[in-house]
Amino acid sequence: MKNQDVAKKLVELKSLAERDRLDITEDISRLEEKLKTGRLATSTAWKRVELARHPDRPGTLDYIERIFNEFIELHGDRLSADDPAIVGGIALFGSQAVTVIGHQKGRNMKENIRRNYGMAQPEGFRKALRLAKEAEKFKRPVITFIDTQGAFPGISSEERGISEAIARNLKEFSSLKVPIVCFIIGEGWSGGAIGIGIGDEIYMLENACYSVISPEGFASILFRDPSRAKQAAELMKLTAPDLLSFDIVDGIIYEPVGGAHTDPDFTAAKIKLQIADSLSRLCLKSPQMLVRDRSLRLQKIGAFAEPREKRQHFLKRLFGG
Amino acid sequence: MIGFGLGRFLKKIRPRERGWDDPKIAGRDERIFVENKKSCPVCHKGLEEGELERTLYVCPSCKHHFRITPWERIRFTVDGGVFQEIAAKVESVNPLNFPDYDAKLSETKDKTGMTEAVVAGRCKIENRELVMAVMAFNFMGGSMGSVVGEKVTRAILEGARQELPVVVFATSGGARMQEGIFSLMQMAKTSNALALLEEKGLPFFVVLTDPTYGGVTASFAMLGDVTLAEPEASIGFAGPRVIEGTIRQKLPEGFQRSEFLLQKGFIDAVVERKDLRRTLSFLIETHQPSEGGL
Ligand SMILES: [Zn+2]
Repeated sequence: MKNQDVAKKLVELKSLAERDRLDITEDISRLEEKLKTGRLATSTAWKRVELARHPDRPGTLDYIERIFNEFIELHGDRLSADDPAIVGGIALFGSQAVTVIGHQKGRNMKENIRRNYGMAQPEGFRKALRLAKEAEKFKRPVITFIDTQGAFPGISSEERGISEAIARNLKEFSSLKVPIVCFIIGEGWSGGAIGIGIGDEIYMLENACYSVISPEGFASILFRDPSRAKQAAELMKLTAPDLLSFDIVDGIIYEPVGGAHTDPDFTAAKIKLQIADSLSRLCLKSPQMLVRDRSLRLQKIGAFAEPREKRQHFLKRLFGG
Repeated sequence: MIGFGLGRFLKKIRPRERGWDDPKIAGRDERIFVENKKSCPVCHKGLEEGELERTLYVCPSCKHHFRITPWERIRFTVDGGVFQEIAAKVESVNPLNFPDYDAKLSETKDKTGMTEAVVAGRCKIENRELVMAVMAFNFMGGSMGSVVGEKVTRAILEGARQELPVVVFATSGGARMQEGIFSLMQMAKTSNALALLEEKGLPFFVVLTDPTYGGVTASFAMLGDVTLAEPEASIGFAGPRVIEGTIRQKLPEGFQRSEFLLQKGFIDAVVERKDLRRTLSFLIETHQPSEGGL
């Protein structure tokens, strides 16, 4: 077998392991390293951060192009502006109409400046909400792609209410009456990520990252030293396997060896399979069930301790008896 | 309209708050957190011993509103300072196994006499019942981790269940970094709880106090039916240092203060501390669900 075939087999194996929840990820990543470098090594969180930020990493528009049959981009928040850091529109998934929303970084310096490196301002989040409500009106599922360093921290952003825009999205997406499937495809940091990140099912690409803030932000707040980002990344539990173990995401989409950018078609095909699978499940649910289950999902999240008597009482209520 | 049986759903997701603590009278704790008590940090005028207690911790010369603890706030805001705490025993764990987080928590608990950065419970204002949550900046900068998210959520859902208005006094430096993704998710949880409260047609009022930032501002604190702020409180998403670092220019005078937010249209009113009790009472009175409907 050629190296490339080995690599593809490895991805299949990983998907199988994922489906059956077999814990062979450690073995797989060691195999991968061996394939890549010819020697055994262990992968670090920081390596994933670097892959998540790779300049050639496919973004929302790359996936839209590969996954959907047709797509029309829709612009503007109907209040003041159009934010190119978030793109959205209506697409055909097979023959099914869906609304797609995602962060978009630039693919070169010029585009990055126009798109503000995928860091959305209030207009971006408000456009996302407008499109989601339009989807709800016409009973279309929503697919979101998350890839951002965070919401834009600037004067204009604060002046036009970035907090209010994100907060409103959280509340409205949590009670939207159509299916929402989210994919964290690259960086998923802070309120900027979760601002379009509430869904019925949430998936992460293998090397995508998701946490409360970027490793640099984390290091500058807790260590008062942004240059310790690498150390922060190892402590933050920001990788896809971490998030899966916390039940924050529902599954991992495995990438080709070397990262999503080495074979965007292959990565897109994997996402496409997942969308088909998720929609086949979610489109059977009534709007009431969708909102109920999504609320349940959100209301369960949290790690805390409570005295025993209360716990038992709580379990009794949940399971009866 | 959500359209599913909200009553049964509430029972499923949160147990009814049975373990109401005995009502306690707030304000007895000696560990009152008031920065720089001997003089005002803004106008630098000297302050007499006990003077701040009489003025509700507002500088008599320049009206600077000092940061205060939840129990101090409760003492002069609710009837008789009487407060029935809920979820008092919910405490933080260390979900990421973050180094030194446990030690930091127990040290903060000892220092503040509190279990977490928010106190939630039931009380009355001018004889009208409500559920209230008051955040504490002196507990790890009022940062929101799982427990803050959970207690705010329970306050909101208890309001929904008991058909009472919900009031939150917000103050926070932002997310509880040590809890990583769990901290971020509390933004979603609390905001979703407010969607459920809205379904019941019950009001949610927010009072923003100095300072309120990050994940708290970008979730429940910006979702009030009516949003008030104390004078000159700093309120924003990103902190001033982060913004200056990003755009490499000095921030304008008054940026991110209450009056700035009022001018930009993001809060309803700036209200002095001495008038908050009366204002909240008026809001509760004018937000009663109408009996016959319009
Ligand atoms: Zn003063």
